[in-house]
Amino acid sequence: MAVSVDKAVSPGPVRDHRPPGRRRRGRGRVVIEVAVLAVLAAVMLFPVLWMIETSIKENRDVYAIPAKFFDFTITLDHFKDVFVASGGGPTTLSGSFLNSVVVAGVSTVLATVLGVPAAWAYSRFSVKAKKDQLFFILSTRFMPPVVVVIPIFLMYRQVGLFDTKLGLILIYTAFNVPFTIWMMKGFVDEVPAEYEDAAMLDGYTRLQAFWKFTLPLLLPGIAATAVFALIFSWNEFVFAIFLTSSDAVRTAPPAIAGLIGGTTVDWGLVAAASIVFALPVLVFSYLVRKHLVAGVTLGAVRR
Amino acid sequence: MGTVAVHGLRKSFGKVQALDGVTLDVPHGSFFVVLGPSGAGKTTTLRAIAGLEKLDAGSVHLDGKDATGDAPADRDLAMVFQSYALYPRLTAYENIASPLRARRRSSSEIAAAVERMSGLLHIERLLQRRPAQMSGGEMQRVALARALVRSPRAFLMDEPLTNLDLKLRVEMRTELTRIHRSLGGTFVYVTNDQVEALSMADYVAVLKEGKVQQVGTPTEVYERPANQWVAGFVGSPPISLLACHAEGDRLVGADGWTLPRPRWTTAEDGRPLMLGLRAEDLSVEKRGDTSLSGELYGLEPLGDRTVVDVRVGTEILKIKARPTVTGTPGERVQVTVDLDRAHLFDAGTGLALSQAGR
Repeated sequence: MAVSVDKAVSPGPVRDHRPPGRRRRGRGRVVIEVAVLAVLAAVMLFPVLWMIETSIKENRDVYAIPAKFFDFTITLDHFKDVFVASGGGPTTLSGSFLNSVVVAGVSTVLATVLGVPAAWAYSRFSVKAKKDQLFFILSTRFMPPVVVVIPIFLMYRQVGLFDTKLGLILIYTAFNVPFTIWMMKGFVDEVPAEYEDAAMLDGYTRLQAFWKFTLPLLLPGIAATAVFALIFSWNEFVFAIFLTSSDAVRTAPPAIAGLIGGTTVDWGLVAAASIVFALPVLVFSYLVRKHLVAGVTLGAVRR
Repeated sequence: MGTVAVHGLRKSFGKVQALDGVTLDVPHGSFFVVLGPSGAGKTTTLRAIAGLEKLDAGSVHLDGKDATGDAPADRDLAMVFQSYALYPRLTAYENIASPLRARRRSSSEIAAAVERMSGLLHIERLLQRRPAQMSGGEMQRVALARALVRSPRAFLMDEPLTNLDLKLRVEMRTELTRIHRSLGGTFVYVTNDQVEALSMADYVAVLKEGKVQQVGTPTEVYERPANQWVAGFVGSPPISLLACHAEGDRLVGADGWTLPRPRWTTAEDGRPLMLGLRAEDLSVEKRGDTSLSGELYGLEPLGDRTVVDVRVGTEILKIKARPTVTGTPGERVQVTVDLDRAHLFDAGTGLALSQAGR
């Protein structure tokens, strides 16, 4: 646990022992590599660039033929339109964003609160048929949402969870708990059980030992896991569109999709809404990037 | 008071029987060493005493009271782990204070106790450091301080010196003995190092494959090993074992050598035996009647002494000799045997013969 992220990912001093002749050829190879990667990056990132451009173009520039790459006037009107209705007051789209925040946030918290102790238990205790149980838990993720959405839709309608935020929160939590258990079990396995043994001999109960000594060491892993769970809930589309019907409950993904399909499509608004939708995930991932790297490497390496 | 008694401990991990009926009685105030090779069940025994291991069968009594089902926190024990298990995010001070904080002592009391411990173990300058900033030896001292800071019923130590380098290990051996004398208290100490066991223990329990082989003082275990296995495990260089049987008043070796039969053995003629000879009870320098002839096999100079390997038939005898001893491999040598100090074991059961007669 003491290995810092920088140390863990630094490639260390690179020595070049190749003879000069071959080294020159190596340099040529590097140039080709960089060129190929640059082209690939441009192709991959073009949709993102185009989305950003569209979101800050005025409408006449958006529909201009030939397309304008550079010489257009910059406007932030589309971003205003995402949140402020033409008559003043908040748009339904802004309500959808708020729904997304609530649904993704609460389901992530729930999945973490339920999944972390479960992962700890699976890591520390001898449980009957542990491997089978863990496989069963994982198997609930094998099913693509679109396969189970119809029965869930019917069940939700029966019990009154259809078109409620609680319904979405529950289904996202159910999908994220298995993931949290699996990912966190890897992190818990990495923390020596002896810390808890020592704490129990110090005079703490097992739960206190977990809470005071193991949990703080798990925080990077919890952050990484929670980010993945959050991204899943935030991006989820199939359940969101099937299990909601009203604007008051609908989350952002189906709401943005709903912007396309009228007689005219306000591409500027779609692009701006998409950027607003993508930003939180980007920012959050950036903030915990260290933990993400540490989490991914620490979770992956077996001692 | 601080007595620890375990009775009939049994524990299996899957197909491995880690403890197979371990019974031990640790008297109050003693330095009790559990000795055995890795996989003998030493650590499992200690963890069972601490309450960290769920037992298949058996009981743990602390101060005469049944504590088999008690939580570790309620057993009033302290433990030093082989890996030290210092809390990585806490300073040395907080690590040492942890058992007192768990018991909600006042901060002034904690400060006094930590100061006393850091003085005893010479770790004053480490108190504000975290485990990652300490060397192995320093972590070991802090781990020791964390265990010693309270006055529990007993201190449990799981190979605390194994991860130290040789010089530190020898130093800490002396220091632990000193601490035991000055603090008193019952120590249950697990090790696979027979030198540690012999030098530190009041009592040694030798464990093999989850079974207690022998319990006794270090002298008893060394001088009167209960069986062939204990004789081979305790002592360095290891005891030399020769296959033989009794014939009238002679011991006859498998390779044809003969020695006078020790008076104390009652083994009937022809029964297969093993003759155990410790390196210090053999000599290539003294001349005597009771000797074996063999061929010099090799010399291991160790500075203060030289271990001479002599081949008798197909077996190798290890002999302690003065560092000045010389010779060339292959030459004939006479090995004088101190038969009064020899050991005889039944070759079938491995049990020592006629201990009582000695």
